[in-house]
Amino acid sequence: MKIDLNTLSIKEAHEALLKKEVTVRELAEAALLCVKERDGNIHAYLEIYDDVMAQADAAQKMINEGGAKELTGIPLAIKDNILIKGRKATAASKILEGYTAPYDATVVKKLKAEGVVFIGRTNMDEFAMGGSTENSAFGPTRNPHDVTRVPGGSSGGSAAAVAMGSVLGALGSDTGGSIRQPASLCGVVGLKTTYGRVSRYGLMALGSSLDQIGPFGKTVEDAEIIFKAISGFDRMDSTSAPDDMIVPRKINTKIIGVPRDFLGEGLDEEVRENFEDSIKKLKDLGYGIKDISLPNIKYSLSVYYIIMPAEASTNLSRFDGIRYGLSKDGGNTLVSYMETRGEGFGKEVRRRIMLGAYVLSSGYYDAYYNKANAVRLLITKDFGDAFKEVDAIITPTSPVPAFKIGEKTEDPLAMYLADIFTVPVNIAGIPAISVPSGKTKNGLPLGLQIMSSHFGEDTLFEIGKKFEGKNKS
Amino acid sequence: MDKEQIEKLAKLSRLSLKEEEKEGFLKDFKAILGYVSEINSVVAELPEKETGKLRNVMREDGEPHESGINTDDILSNAPSVQDGFVKVKQVFE
Repeated sequence: MKIDLNTLSIKEAHEALLKKEVTVRELAEAALLCVKERDGNIHAYLEIYDDVMAQADAAQKMINEGGAKELTGIPLAIKDNILIKGRKATAASKILEGYTAPYDATVVKKLKAEGVVFIGRTNMDEFAMGGSTENSAFGPTRNPHDVTRVPGGSSGGSAAAVAMGSVLGALGSDTGGSIRQPASLCGVVGLKTTYGRVSRYGLMALGSSLDQIGPFGKTVEDAEIIFKAISGFDRMDSTSAPDDMIVPRKINTKIIGVPRDFLGEGLDEEVRENFEDSIKKLKDLGYGIKDISLPNIKYSLSVYYIIMPAEASTNLSRFDGIRYGLSKDGGNTLVSYMETRGEGFGKEVRRRIMLGAYVLSSGYYDAYYNKANAVRLLITKDFGDAFKEVDAIITPTSPVPAFKIGEKTEDPLAMYLADIFTVPVNIAGIPAISVPSGKTKNGLPLGLQIMSSHFGEDTLFEIGKKFEGKNKS
Repeated sequence: MDKEQIEKLAKLSRLSLKEEEKEGFLKDFKAILGYVSEINSVVAELPEKETGKLRNVMREDGEPHESGINTDDILSNAPSVQDGFVKVKQVFE
């Protein structure tokens, strides 16, 4: 059997492995060959593991002994902020130089039990802060569809690793769109899971009330298979949702809401046309389309850029040069802290830490942080009201297709605006998926974001698969 | 917001800044805070703290792991170690 990871689905690979039409080694070799041929230009990976073949042999043994699971032997890539015991993890930051993870993240533990083959760790914006993967301390990742453009971010390496055909899936993390936006810009599927659905034990924290781990895949089904493998209650994560809390509200109206008021300024013309085209396709599939109003959603980005830096400034205080990573000796403790953090953190990370310190400081706390939390409740209520009438809500995933490398690096606010459609989902804690919806005239991928109410991932998979099928036909 | 405030924030955040970066951060902060300040126009207040259904998210005590099994893995990441402890700078004279 000829292996092309660009067209092979996880299910097809699984079936071929069971029928012995292909070996795990052959899959792993195809992955490594793709990396060798393409990653020099793309730089999706920060490290390719040197024990891939040993992992492949262990997975093959599982299959031969009749213990194969759906992901056994499947090559996957992991974002550099998720821990794998005994391997390096840096969150693409110099401050974690030399850090070796002392334990497995719960998602990794689950994937190891499945017999997954980890190909390598993927590039990202430093500590997941960014929308282009240009904030990596180890150089940017390039978009496999056009190497002069960004892959999106912050999980740009994971998106590019899947899009270039080096793995059949990948894990990323999504705090404000960091899975969905790069998925859209790279033409793959990306899922942000419901807050609490996937354990974050072993994920380096950015914004703890927002972060979720989720999968990338070429197809909705591939993303769903990985999602099923990594989700579930975990007592090691106190925000993990117990099973009895997971009650998806399925109203089954077959109606999809469109927040028209929210699709105004900043939307690229080709993105708008593509979105209208997606609406037509969903109508053809039998869905009713209804204009809905989410009156406070327009404040999402402001709320996000207050809450996220506040949480980040707290979470990143642990990087002190004493317990792990880079350490600069500045004489006394205070100067050592300042020099370690000043040199170890890149510009965007320092910007957000200071912004967080500002909105949390006495005198500004009420005006920014408390106010943002109050508005957050309004936004969450808007979604709750909307989901009484519709099964799902759609927007474009990103207001623009992949932009040029360097285009937005000097203007942080312009970069933040690329998150406008993805951020509200994290604010409300609901799940959302980005599914490829076509390409621009220049061949750049575009994505449709489908959102659903808490624990409504199955609704996303159902609509996503139908939409995907319609797009292929 | 002014340059002095940037310096103060950097110190609160335990970050050293290069002199030439300060102006840039000041410009960014003005733009970002100008944007996010729109929430001040929203009428919203945090409700009185409500307690939802209480759930104990802590595990029960018990089932301890064997003492010391993780010590080497964890300490191997620390820049400075002595006799099984993380070594820090002297705090008191």
